[in-house]
Amino acid sequence: MSIVEETRRALLVLFPELAAVEEEARAAAQAEAEIQAAEEAAAAEKDENEMDALLAERDAVRLDAESAKQSVAADEDNLEAAEQEDPAAEKKEKEPEEEGPRENGIVLTDHASRGTDIDVFCDPDQVVAAAGIMDEAGFFLEAITGVDWIKEDKLEVIYDYNQYGQEQCRVVVRTFVSRTEPEIPTIMDVMPSADWHERETHDFYGIRFTGHPNLIPILLPEDADFHPLLKDFTP
Amino acid sequence: MDTNIWRPILYLIGFMAFAGINAAYLGWCERKGAGRIQRRTGPMEVGFQGLLQPLADGLKLMSKQLLVPDGVDSILFRVAPILAMIPALTSMAVIPFAGNVQARAVELSVLLIFALASIGMMAVLLGGWASGNKYSLISAARSVSQNLAYEIPMLVTVITIVMLTGSMNLEEIAAAQQGGFWNWNIFPVASHSLAQAIIMPVSFIIFFICSVAETNRAPFDMAEAESELIAGHMTEYGSMGFGLFMMGEYLNMVVGACLITILFLGGWDGPLGLSGGIWWFLVKIYLLLFTVIWVRWTYPRTQIYKLLNLSWKILIPFSLVNLLLTAAFIKVF
Amino acid sequence: MSVPVQCRHDETFVLNLGPQHPATHGVLRVKLTMDGEYIVKAEPVLGYIHRMHEKMAEDGNFAQFMPNTARMDYLHALAYNHGYCLAVERAAGIEVPERAEYIRVITVEMNRLTSHLLWWAAFLLDLGGFSPLLYAFDDREQILDLLERITGSRLTYCYFRFGGVYNDIDDEFIAGTYAFIKRLRSRLPRLYHDLVTGNIILIKRLKGIGMLSKEQARRYGCTGPVARGSGINYDVRKNEPYSVYPEFDFDVPVYNECDSMARYMVRMDEIEQSMRIIEQALDKLPDGPVRAKVPKILKPAAGDYWASVETARGNLGHRLVCDGKKNPYKLKLRSPTFSNLSCFGEVAEGMLLADALAFMGSLDLVIPEIDR
Repeated sequence: MSIVEETRRALLVLFPELAAVEEEARAAAQAEAEIQAAEEAAAAEKDENEMDALLAERDAVRLDAESAKQSVAADEDNLEAAEQEDPAAEKKEKEPEEEGPRENGIVLTDHASRGTDIDVFCDPDQVVAAAGIMDEAGFFLEAITGVDWIKEDKLEVIYDYNQYGQEQCRVVVRTFVSRTEPEIPTIMDVMPSADWHERETHDFYGIRFTGHPNLIPILLPEDADFHPLLKDFTP
Repeated sequence: MDTNIWRPILYLIGFMAFAGINAAYLGWCERKGAGRIQRRTGPMEVGFQGLLQPLADGLKLMSKQLLVPDGVDSILFRVAPILAMIPALTSMAVIPFAGNVQARAVELSVLLIFALASIGMMAVLLGGWASGNKYSLISAARSVSQNLAYEIPMLVTVITIVMLTGSMNLEEIAAAQQGGFWNWNIFPVASHSLAQAIIMPVSFIIFFICSVAETNRAPFDMAEAESELIAGHMTEYGSMGFGLFMMGEYLNMVVGACLITILFLGGWDGPLGLSGGIWWFLVKIYLLLFTVIWVRWTYPRTQIYKLLNLSWKILIPFSLVNLLLTAAFIKVF
Repeated sequence: MSVPVQCRHDETFVLNLGPQHPATHGVLRVKLTMDGEYIVKAEPVLGYIHRMHEKMAEDGNFAQFMPNTARMDYLHALAYNHGYCLAVERAAGIEVPERAEYIRVITVEMNRLTSHLLWWAAFLLDLGGFSPLLYAFDDREQILDLLERITGSRLTYCYFRFGGVYNDIDDEFIAGTYAFIKRLRSRLPRLYHDLVTGNIILIKRLKGIGMLSKEQARRYGCTGPVARGSGINYDVRKNEPYSVYPEFDFDVPVYNECDSMARYMVRMDEIEQSMRIIEQALDKLPDGPVRAKVPKILKPAAGDYWASVETARGNLGHRLVCDGKKNPYKLKLRSPTFSNLSCFGEVAEGMLLADALAFMGSLDLVIPEIDR
């Protein structure tokens, strides 16, 4: 299993419904395989009496699998989009802000064209859990930054994780917070390097990292009460 | 009677001039030497080969305001640079440059020089303390512990020499080594036993290291340490306060070199039995001074605790062993 | 008259190292709580040369930010050029001609040499050895002269363009570079290693000082020589190949000692590896154009893009967020020393002042890059 796939599986913990869907899909795939095996077995045995019973059972399983498939359809698309390079899906990735609020989930991205491998979108209170997963998987924090989507009245907080392995896997964890009350829990307890990055993001965007013990300006003057990277900032 | 008064005065004037010129031109030599070592020319602008540079520097320093910052202990702050300069100058008075070339013959001149050198250390301590600067204070603390550590092996080594010569008078110590390098204390194979000759170079190295450390020269310039403590005890000084510290440092180097020359290198004695004279003395001290400059521009600085360890764990035991062996050899041979 | 040093009852005192201090090489300030010469707590204070480059990037169009890139890490300016170009080229889908890629690699590696040489000089200066400074500057000067010939500047280069480089290199440059490498190869073992690396004082001052464990390095996000000195085999040029680096044969020096000496040795070995890369690139240099046809005003598709390059100090990342307009919607600069320095507080605790300064020197800090 490649590190990208491994990391994606690890990150699925964050999204129980996605994980459940994937589990169902996997179960469905397994069931299909079972059916196939059963069919083969049936073909081998050629016992008509048992064949009827088998057919009934197969129909039941297939129905289950199909219903499961339908429920995952949307997410499956998302998951496989990057791998299949479906142009529509790619467009959708590239313009998240035009699509309205993005759904929570994990998207695999193309490293050659985007520079990242896994794109995770989660709720603000999930970033600590995400950081914990990344820490356990041996990732280091590359950067924390924000993006001011002033038109949508939202602030995006982006965490970049990377690892030292020879195989490339860069993970982006992003979340939205409101522009008026930008608050997000700190991940400093998990990743000590987040200390300065969070202070910097607080400087530039005014995002309050709750639980950060020392959220004072790091790059701006110590009495700075402005946040220059907000789009409505005027010096 | 008259001659007795005039002699020291004339000599003192001569030595003052010698000391002043040395303090000024050692700075020039150091810059030129550093230039050679670093593949550049050093000072070139003022006078031929920058020869007037020390004069220009001196004038500049003298014309600057003697600034006493707020919050310093102003009396000690002013006294410290003078304390750095005076003991070094005074030491010059008892140093025999040649057979009879000495301002004042003092019976215990070795002790006198060491006593004066300890006062020189006080200058760093007072300057560092009075400056009211934390870097200066650290420098003062370093300087005291360093001088304390290095005076012990130095004195023990001197006791070795005193035992060999049987005198504490520098002139007599030098006179006892006349007649070629085999009589010098660095390798006294002719005047003493061969066993003695074998241990004496060790004493010489100990003494040389200690004198470099005592004069706060790189790689032992813990007190100054410009990349850690900015300029240590001199941080708050400008103008001639700084100038006096610098002159004191160079004079201490000269005194140290003179002391090594007298104690180990036969004073004014010519090597290979050549006729002695003051020129041999000068050649020897300038060779030593060049070595000190050379070392400074080659090595990085040590670290204060490693420096103290060097003294307490290596130099002091070795010098004590040397002392004991010398005592034994004197008894046996 | 005030008391010179205010001692609290626990006899610690606060020492402000910087913002003007000879050992911080810039305007870094470290608030040290000292117990005698031992550091109880070290707290770096940044921002003295903060210029808000990220805001400047949002104000102008893509090309207008190019000159800014050289003014962050002024010692390895071409790597910043390269990183920004990669990000924009990735966003706009620009193909770079092969010759331009080779020239980029050659100039970036030469710039890396100057950076490492200057670090070496400044590091020795921190340790109190003055002469190596001038030996290193002697060599560095030769590279600067060569780079000046083709880029037009000596320190703050603005040589790269989207889709290539500004200027082609000529035969004189190639010959000069070969000659320089020959010269540095002959000087490295004698002047650099015999005189300095093997020096007992230097070894005693660096061995076992500033221990940064592998786990610490990861948790603080250290990259570059700092990580490689802690036994982490991570080099963006190998792990996330960009430009034409995969075509060259070079090693990534990794030392497991985790101390300042290991970081020192990593950089000294990297000097040799950079020379290998330059030689191979010059040998293989293809013909062709040095600049692709690129529209004057770029309007990359909306989305966000990341591009990493390996500077002399580690992994430099550019996160470029575009909204389909002619200026970047947002540009985030991930500077390597910002992360590398963040471990200073933890590591320097309990160290002697002199050792902490040696450790700080071994991190190879460039303050304008930290503050941006």
